[in-house]
Amino acid sequence: MNVAELRAKPSWRSVKSHLMTGLMGLALLVVLAPLVSVLWSISSRGLGIVTSAFPAFFTAEIPQISRAAGPGMGPAIVGTLMVTLGATLVAVPLGVLGAIYLHEYGRAGKFARLVRFMATVMTGVPSIVMGLFVYVMWTLRFGYSAFGGSLALACLMLPIVIASTEQMLRLVPDHLREAAYALGTTKSRTILTVVLPAALPGIVSGSLLAVARAAGETAPLLFALGLGATAYNAHFFDGINTALSQQIFVNATSSFAGAQERAWGAALTLVVLAFSFSVVARVFVHARRR
Amino acid sequence: MIDAAALRGRRDRADRSFRGLAIGAAATVLLVLGLIAVTMTARARTVIGELGVSFFTSSRWSPADGLYGALPFVWGTLYTAVIALVIAVPVSLGVALFITEVAPRALKRWLIYAIDLLAVVPSVVFGLWGVLVLSTVLPRSFLAAGVVLAIMIIPIITSLAREVLETTPVADKEAALALGATRWEMIGASVIPHSKGGIVGAVMLGLGRAMGETIAAALVIGSATGQITLDALAPGNSMPAVIANSWGEADTLQRSALIALAVLLFAMTIVVNLIATTIVQRSMRRARGTV
Repeated sequence: MNVAELRAKPSWRSVKSHLMTGLMGLALLVVLAPLVSVLWSISSRGLGIVTSAFPAFFTAEIPQISRAAGPGMGPAIVGTLMVTLGATLVAVPLGVLGAIYLHEYGRAGKFARLVRFMATVMTGVPSIVMGLFVYVMWTLRFGYSAFGGSLALACLMLPIVIASTEQMLRLVPDHLREAAYALGTTKSRTILTVVLPAALPGIVSGSLLAVARAAGETAPLLFALGLGATAYNAHFFDGINTALSQQIFVNATSSFAGAQERAWGAALTLVVLAFSFSVVARVFVHARRR
Repeated sequence: MIDAAALRGRRDRADRSFRGLAIGAAATVLLVLGLIAVTMTARARTVIGELGVSFFTSSRWSPADGLYGALPFVWGTLYTAVIALVIAVPVSLGVALFITEVAPRALKRWLIYAIDLLAVVPSVVFGLWGVLVLSTVLPRSFLAAGVVLAIMIIPIITSLAREVLETTPVADKEAALALGATRWEMIGASVIPHSKGGIVGAVMLGLGRAMGETIAAALVIGSATGQITLDALAPGNSMPAVIANSWGEADTLQRSALIALAVLLFAMTIVVNLIATTIVQRSMRRARGTV
């Protein structure tokens, strides 16, 4: 009898366990495959047009005839930045104030619980519904503009900012607040000068993640920006505008190679933009931990 | 001359107005949700007034004849969402279990990054990939839309499920292992019973997201009008997709019909999300042991 025979034969139970572990690994591959494929196709097909027409791709206006090959995406890049910045200016102050109410004033009260619950529900409202809502409320009255797009994105960002900010306020230890009260500071001053600064890095990173999500949204912009803009429009409150995500949507279904190539270039630009927001957000989180 | 009482009065006023500001900001959430329901229902009344209940019961959508029946799109929305769930749920649970129970610490961090990365990719980019890359192997259809939707909801379900799984007390797991359980038996005996509620909630949230996801579906579903079929490879249409695709050339009545579709979609996702949020909050409280 040798050692190999002495070793217990693997039972069905342990085989099954290993099998299941293998399946979990397989699930991981199933998830990573499309991620790799998406990233590979954006970079391999997007880099071509971006580098062959550098920097024109980022600065030139969009060809008026979509059949035409060549750059650029300048107005769409500016449009995305304008719309996203506008949304941030609306949603972040509102969201942070709302979270301050929830955590510093409302706490476990009825109204606060209702708002908290509804904010979670609001995260799940489809983005296209937000887009149509802003169309009905704003665009029908005041016409197409970048600001309309900002409003729609702000509606999407608001519940995310509220949730992440409240989480950060929860991490501020109560003894900081008590120390401020003991010095005779009013509640509002305590919040503004003690609590908010302590929670700031977390609030910034949470807001940046919301911005990263908003920058890539398409559906809310379809109704607010208007269609067919190809030139720069620096007017925030007036006139049709465009954005990277809208350009990708419009060009994706085009049968012309030139338009498809522009769509890939725009996708590369948009993904890099969204990733850099979330990387900066992560840097803030690490800065806080240290 | 400012005396102490006047100073306190001013301070109190500043304090109260700040509190008012904060309440106002919090109330915007309720305001927006309420306004969505009211203003959009008002716009949708045009088509309901014209067609009555047949808007909800008819399966014919033919703008040229002024006929608008929502059923094919409701079907497309539910069908693609179910396909997405069938793919996404086992995969997400597998990945979440792999991350929490199998992966070594160093690998774990990178895997969480990768899943987050997937969540940051904009949906229109998945749509572009679906149209120009995936379509070479899988033509535009219910199934193609389901696959793309699955990729988009996997990060949500995975990260929520992972958070729930991680709350399993180590003692529970060690108890199972000490009784001689294999890893899989330990997961079945300790981890899953502990996290069942949270996982169901995560899946419901994924369902809500899949139903509302617009752009990727609009690009890959195939935009065929009015197909109610179980054939997953047939081109179809869904509520958000038809809104996005036909808004541009729609007249007043059709726009009203599209807004009515949006109201219906809003109502459906709200119901799914209400249930999901309730389940998640309850199970999170139970996991923390405060109930």
